[in-house]
Amino acid sequence: MLSILIWLPAAAALLGTLIPHKRAAGAFALAGSLGALGLAISLIAGYNGHSGQLSHVTNVVWIRSLGIHYSLGVDGLSLFLVAMTTFAFALAITAANIRSWPTPRVFYLLFALAESAVLGAFLAQDLALFVAFFDLMLIPFYLLLGIWGGPNRVAATLKLVIYTFVGSLLMLAGAIALAVLTAKHTGHPLSFALSTLAASPLHKGTQEWIFLLFAAAFLVKMPAFPFHGWMPDAYREMPVEVLAVFSGVLSKVGAYGFLRIVLPTMPAASVHFQMLLLLIGLASVLYGSVMAFTQTNARLIAGYSSVAQLGFITIGIFAFAPQGAQGAVLQMVNHGIVVAPLFLIIGLLAARAGGSDDIREMGGIAMRAPILATFFLIVAFATLAMPGSGNFVGEFLILLGVFQTKMVISIIAFAGVVMASVYALRVFIRTMHNRTGPVVRSREMRWQEGLALVPFLAAIGLFAFYPQLQLQRSEKAVTAAIRHEQVLTTTHFAAAKTTTVADR
Amino acid sequence: MIAAVIHPHGPYVNFAALSPIEALIGGSVLVLLLGLAGSRFAREQLVPALTLVSLAATIGLTLWQWHDHASAVSGALAIDSLSLVLTLIFAAAGIAATLLSWRALAPRESAHGDYHALLLGSIAGMVVLVSAQNLVTLFIGIELLSIPLYVLCATEMRRAGSLESGLKYLIIGSVGSATLVYGLALLYGATGHTDFSQIATAITHGRHSDTLLLTGIALVVVGLCFKASIAPFHQWTPDVYEGAPTPVTAFMAVATKAAAFGVLLRVLDVMLIAERSNWQPVIAALAAITIIVGNVGALGQASLKRMLAYSSVAQAGYILAGVAIATQLGARAVLFYLVVYLLMNVAAFAVIIARERETPYGDDIDAVAGIGTERPWLAWPLTIAMLSLAGVPATAGFMGKFFLIDALVHANYTWLAIVLVVGSMISLAYYLRVIGAVWMRQAPGPSVLARGAMPVIAGGAPEADGGGIDLELTIVAVVFAAATIVFGIVPQPLFDLAHHAASTVAGAL
Repeated sequence: MLSILIWLPAAAALLGTLIPHKRAAGAFALAGSLGALGLAISLIAGYNGHSGQLSHVTNVVWIRSLGIHYSLGVDGLSLFLVAMTTFAFALAITAANIRSWPTPRVFYLLFALAESAVLGAFLAQDLALFVAFFDLMLIPFYLLLGIWGGPNRVAATLKLVIYTFVGSLLMLAGAIALAVLTAKHTGHPLSFALSTLAASPLHKGTQEWIFLLFAAAFLVKMPAFPFHGWMPDAYREMPVEVLAVFSGVLSKVGAYGFLRIVLPTMPAASVHFQMLLLLIGLASVLYGSVMAFTQTNARLIAGYSSVAQLGFITIGIFAFAPQGAQGAVLQMVNHGIVVAPLFLIIGLLAARAGGSDDIREMGGIAMRAPILATFFLIVAFATLAMPGSGNFVGEFLILLGVFQTKMVISIIAFAGVVMASVYALRVFIRTMHNRTGPVVRSREMRWQEGLALVPFLAAIGLFAFYPQLQLQRSEKAVTAAIRHEQVLTTTHFAAAKTTTVADR
Repeated sequence: MIAAVIHPHGPYVNFAALSPIEALIGGSVLVLLLGLAGSRFAREQLVPALTLVSLAATIGLTLWQWHDHASAVSGALAIDSLSLVLTLIFAAAGIAATLLSWRALAPRESAHGDYHALLLGSIAGMVVLVSAQNLVTLFIGIELLSIPLYVLCATEMRRAGSLESGLKYLIIGSVGSATLVYGLALLYGATGHTDFSQIATAITHGRHSDTLLLTGIALVVVGLCFKASIAPFHQWTPDVYEGAPTPVTAFMAVATKAAAFGVLLRVLDVMLIAERSNWQPVIAALAAITIIVGNVGALGQASLKRMLAYSSVAQAGYILAGVAIATQLGARAVLFYLVVYLLMNVAAFAVIIARERETPYGDDIDAVAGIGTERPWLAWPLTIAMLSLAGVPATAGFMGKFFLIDALVHANYTWLAIVLVVGSMISLAYYLRVIGAVWMRQAPGPSVLARGAMPVIAGGAPEADGGGIDLELTIVAVVFAAATIVFGIVPQPLFDLAHHAASTVAGAL
């Protein structure tokens, strides 16, 4: 079943390229992504959160000689990320269908291939398979940006690819080293299965350098503060429909990788580098918030706000407290369903401001387009984590988790929450109210555009009022992911206490 | 020696085991004779067809011999799984080269018969080389391989670049051969034997770390490094690759490399395995240098052939890393990578040849600009080939690198694995530049189409198939690119093949 979920979008789009009709490619891609969404919803409906075990496990030997298995499974950690992925892709493809693209077949094929790769990364239970999907998802985005992007796309593409591929290759080396050294250490045959790797952790020193290789890949993908150099250019040039899923979904794969792979297999190193990662998260929160406040390009404001949000998520993960990790997973989903419509709306606004993304050239749209304005307001409130929104719950849990373990970090991170409200409202006021921009032609959005946005708003509403839908299902798996770290940090404290006692 | 005792009445020749070589040599002679025919049809169509038949026969006979491991010619040649698998690689490269040069300039300017006879002769030399079991046969093989190639490089006789390429290859190749033969002489002097197995025995019995022996090994390694274009002996590669007719370049890039690494496996990982502690650090260092030099050199090359030449140097570094670790796993990874390397390079060269014939830009990167919309049947193979060379998942190149890194980490050569990864990172910059040109740039001018084909009218159906491109080029490109993808997703058959071939590299642990 999970295989069908992964490959359905790509297969449908491939079928669409064979039909000679002009709109067929888009329609097939849409059908494929809707089918995947349906499957994902049925997964949620059928999921039993109390066991905390993987379900729908597929495990076939893929490459015997290397001990690589085609092994898939879903648990509370990935369940809602998978649902969010299919959801965001289905709506982004809906939005893409409104426009007409040059060479549509290649466009939709790549778009659907990207969805398949992301789903594969979320569902893979074998490290080598994860690495393969993780690298594979970059190729469609590389081409989508490079072929259909804005005027400076080539430079942006190069930056994006070099940053992310360098990370990916480091991870590839790390993954192979992890598996081979584990196999040598235990004397078992080579295996990349995550469960096997987690069962017998390596020596602390070995864990540490492998940890850094993985962290590089994941932090670049997010992007987190010092690794975000590719982000501004890529965000400026990418078509908004692609950007919506890129920012909404891909950035989560990095954060997910920490929870799924790094924390279970390298507990000692995770504890060792806890402070480093917390500081990177904190720096991302502050830097992202400040940059979002000073930018005038609407896409970059949303982009830097993503950096800040991902910083929060990193902090939540490395708090090593159940609330923090729960909040991080919730926030991953929340951020996805908030930032994707945000980019779609920015696309609509830019279309009304003569194609410019600059907020100084927008403005005064609200009067003529009240529905669009209302939609934007809801999304903006969700971005700034207004109490009553799902983001509020997520950020609250994250801060609560950190507060228990590292109080200072949580107090500084709180500044990020305050700043979020400033920049989110600033964008809203500048684009919707104020004087009308010089070339702005206000008009209400069309019903097709609404069709792509309304489900996002519904999902935002759902998670605002009923976050337990996810929290209940993810609790077991998330707690299991940070289990070792919790033990290690507490014993660490205990050990520290006993030594101080002994010193006396 | 043992063989001589058992058969004192002259050399024992196992003709059945030698049949692949017989098919190649026989084909070569027939092709040469047929090339003398007066009819143009016979020269231009039948000669390549006969070449293909000869290569197909080679493949058939190789498969016939698949499980009969035999030593032929009194132990001078071993027809074992390693040489059989490599023979398949050479024959596949030969078929690709024949198809790529079907309507090329080079055979018309030289003579069809000569061109194809030389090609087959060179392949026969490769088979002899990788089957060699003593020093003399090794040298015969390497000369039989090289001399036809010197000539083939110069077959576009009215182009100065081609002649220069041939001359340069001849001079450098001779230096390499001279070094090699000197080294072989010293090996004989140090051990008193020419037979690989007896040299190995002599080393284990007291000749370990002998100065004469070490000098001999160093010279042999240098000589073979010239052939495999290992830095710092790679200087000839870009010039020769650029100047040679492109089908010949394609053939050299894949087949010569496979032959050179085949013999390196035999020499280092079997014959000299007992000397491992002495040569291993040097070879590993050479591999690291080659990876860096090749990848850095390829940056900023405007000529696609030069770029692929440097890329082939870098790839040689990756493969050499697999040889350096001298393990069974390493040998398998080397053989796996050689097959992968064949697939992706032939696909890339086929596209370059197609565009050379179609546009006035030669092998400049401009020649492939904008083919994404104009020539999808060429654009996709080139894209796949580049992604595979860069090592992106779902391509065979990824599996090859994965396997190599796996073998390196296993052998405690993690630092070399890191160098390999760093090299791959650098390589992204130039491979992706090609993909960028294919998909993200407009063609610099209207294509000048060869042979009066229909010009593509701007805005006209861009996805219509590539009229004007020679069909066999498209077929080669698509087939090899498809194989790259297939083996990237289902690599197990290739793993089994590599396992089978490496089983003879028994000395390696």
